[in-house]
Amino acid sequence: MLKSGKTSIIAALLATLLSGAVQARTNLTMYYPVAVGGPLTSVVDSMVSDFEKQNPDIDVNAIYAGNYNDARVKALAALESGAPAQLAVMFSIDVHELMDLGAIVPFDQMAQTPADKVWLKSFYPALMKNGQVDGKTWGIPFQRSTIVMYYNKDLFRAAGLDPDHPPADWKELVSMGKKLTHRDATGNASQWGLMIPSTGYPYWMFQALAKQNGQVLMNQAGTETYFDKPSVVEALSFWKSMGSEYHIMPEGTIQWGTLRKNFLDQKTAIMWHSTGNLTAVKKEANFDFGVAMLPAKKALGSPTGGGNFYIFKQSTPEQREAAFRLVKFMTSPEEAAKWSIATGYMGASPAAYQTSSLQDYVKDFPPAAVARDQLKYATAELSTHQAGRVRKLLDDAIQAALSGQESPEAALTSAQKRASRILRRYQR
Amino acid sequence: MIRHQQIYAWLLLLPALALLTAFTYVPTITTIWDSFTGTGMQAHTGFTLDNYRFLVEDDVFWQVLGNNLEYAAVTVPVSVALAMAMALWVNGKVRGQSALRLAYFTPTILPMISVANIWLFFYTPEIGLFNTLLGWFGLKGLNWLGDPDLSLYSLMLMAVWKEAGFFMIFYLAALQGISPDLYQAAELEGASRWNRFRRVTFPLLMPTTLFVLINAFLNAFKLVDHLFILTKGGPNNASNLLLYYIYENAFSFFDTAYAAALTVVLLVILVVLAVIQFGVIERRVHYR
Repeated sequence: MLKSGKTSIIAALLATLLSGAVQARTNLTMYYPVAVGGPLTSVVDSMVSDFEKQNPDIDVNAIYAGNYNDARVKALAALESGAPAQLAVMFSIDVHELMDLGAIVPFDQMAQTPADKVWLKSFYPALMKNGQVDGKTWGIPFQRSTIVMYYNKDLFRAAGLDPDHPPADWKELVSMGKKLTHRDATGNASQWGLMIPSTGYPYWMFQALAKQNGQVLMNQAGTETYFDKPSVVEALSFWKSMGSEYHIMPEGTIQWGTLRKNFLDQKTAIMWHSTGNLTAVKKEANFDFGVAMLPAKKALGSPTGGGNFYIFKQSTPEQREAAFRLVKFMTSPEEAAKWSIATGYMGASPAAYQTSSLQDYVKDFPPAAVARDQLKYATAELSTHQAGRVRKLLDDAIQAALSGQESPEAALTSAQKRASRILRRYQR
Repeated sequence: MIRHQQIYAWLLLLPALALLTAFTYVPTITTIWDSFTGTGMQAHTGFTLDNYRFLVEDDVFWQVLGNNLEYAAVTVPVSVALAMAMALWVNGKVRGQSALRLAYFTPTILPMISVANIWLFFYTPEIGLFNTLLGWFGLKGLNWLGDPDLSLYSLMLMAVWKEAGFFMIFYLAALQGISPDLYQAAELEGASRWNRFRRVTFPLLMPTTLFVLINAFLNAFKLVDHLFILTKGGPNNASNLLLYYIYENAFSFFDTAYAAALTVVLLVILVVLAVIQFGVIERRVHYR
């Protein structure tokens, strides 16, 4: 029963392939996720249809596949089922797992001409970090972000602070946060100084704090983590102290999903969030707001985040060539500029910021350039072998510390111990 | 002739049987098989007990199992009792009876995901409904989903709200099936309201209670949609439930073999529950 099912699927596949050959057209299936608000699917659809107009020999079927997790599950399920996608936008940090599964091919294979080799080098180096493993490039940056600091200028003025001087370091963050926190007679805070979300992607926010304290959390090969280093423990203690000691942030965990609403309702004067939220905040805020780089301790710092293009191994040479062309088109300066304006995500290459459209936009709306300027200080997003499990260990440790179940040191030490156990067999 | 009827019967059963086999029995068997023969994403790597060994050592698993048992132990009795009380209430002669019934049933019609999205904002400390209400009484607000001592109870509260109306409908139907003669007879005997409920209504509702109990227990282990929206099992697994943990292992950690082992545990729990309910409680159920 199963056998005959497989045969018929293969037959159907062969039939489509053959008919494709007859028409001399290449069919591509692409999965992509959307992780922030806004009508982003229509933006992708219009970019894809522009591509098809320029390349009449290629048909692209772009499928919106939910959030990053869903997109990965769907793309991998499609691979298993024998009707695979040829390319997908997936989490930049999935790279080690996709490689371990043998699912993807490096872009170096397709980029043979000198022009292509130049193209491979045309992106911001910080955005390439998550895509490069073992000296090869497996992911091309597309919807990429960093964490930025959104702050409410009106509330800054009301507290007697300079609205053009957002906190530049941890000390200022605390002192300004105190001025920005208001309490009513019962002790309930009616307005908080700061909120850093600790559900959804706690490890991501934490990477920023750790980097500011001068420490990255993993090696480039994804085989080691550094969760229990003293500077990392110090970073988590600082995060916790903003709630428990300085009282400028609510204690316990803070929801990723409702944070933007809290900021828009002026319940918090400052929030740390993905730059992918920028366009949505711009549209909905009915007050004067600013965007700044995250504050520094020893250094400035934020992890990069977001999705990369991957090309799957299960594809014909023609399909790979076509997929490669599609990726080149989608990441070309003009398209990247369009994408950045529509979403708030970064233009992934310096050339995107040289286009007149993005230059005009940045001139008009300077916050759009903050994420790019911050790239100089950015580090790769946490990505290891068995990334899901390792991330979850760190997430749990962060939440345990923030909610007071364990001390930062104890939580991080046990997370590190477990992470090393998982990663031991990948070390060569 | 009888043979002919046999074939006929089998033919009638065939469609359902084929679907059950394809989507229930075969996956069940392959799951059990995978849990003993897989490692990580790879199936058929040879017989191994590693997945179960890891399960015994995995303290998150034990925490999640404990959470789930607590979740069931609270939500099931509360929502069933509430359902019965609401049914008795709207079955009597109340003004605006149909409006009341509708109001109680509304949570059931709404999809879990959208309900969770609404409750997410109810629970949000700064802008949420609950803390605003507490604020009116001069009480300090709570971090409903962000406090590990509270988050599981917050999930329970929403689950009870969502489930009770659904079970009420079954009780309502059962109540209307009870013959008024019995109540008249009880009244002639001079039985008090409480005795009428205890001796007439409650025993006659037992078949419904059994049905509702089974469903409620199954749902306590089966329904995790709201976790995706509300807590993702956090903070630090304080509100994680077994099925969600299975999902995490299969689709976030890509450890399908371990997820299969966890699924086997879930299956065993459900089978045990069913056996207890059909074997023990059914003996005490009065069917007419």
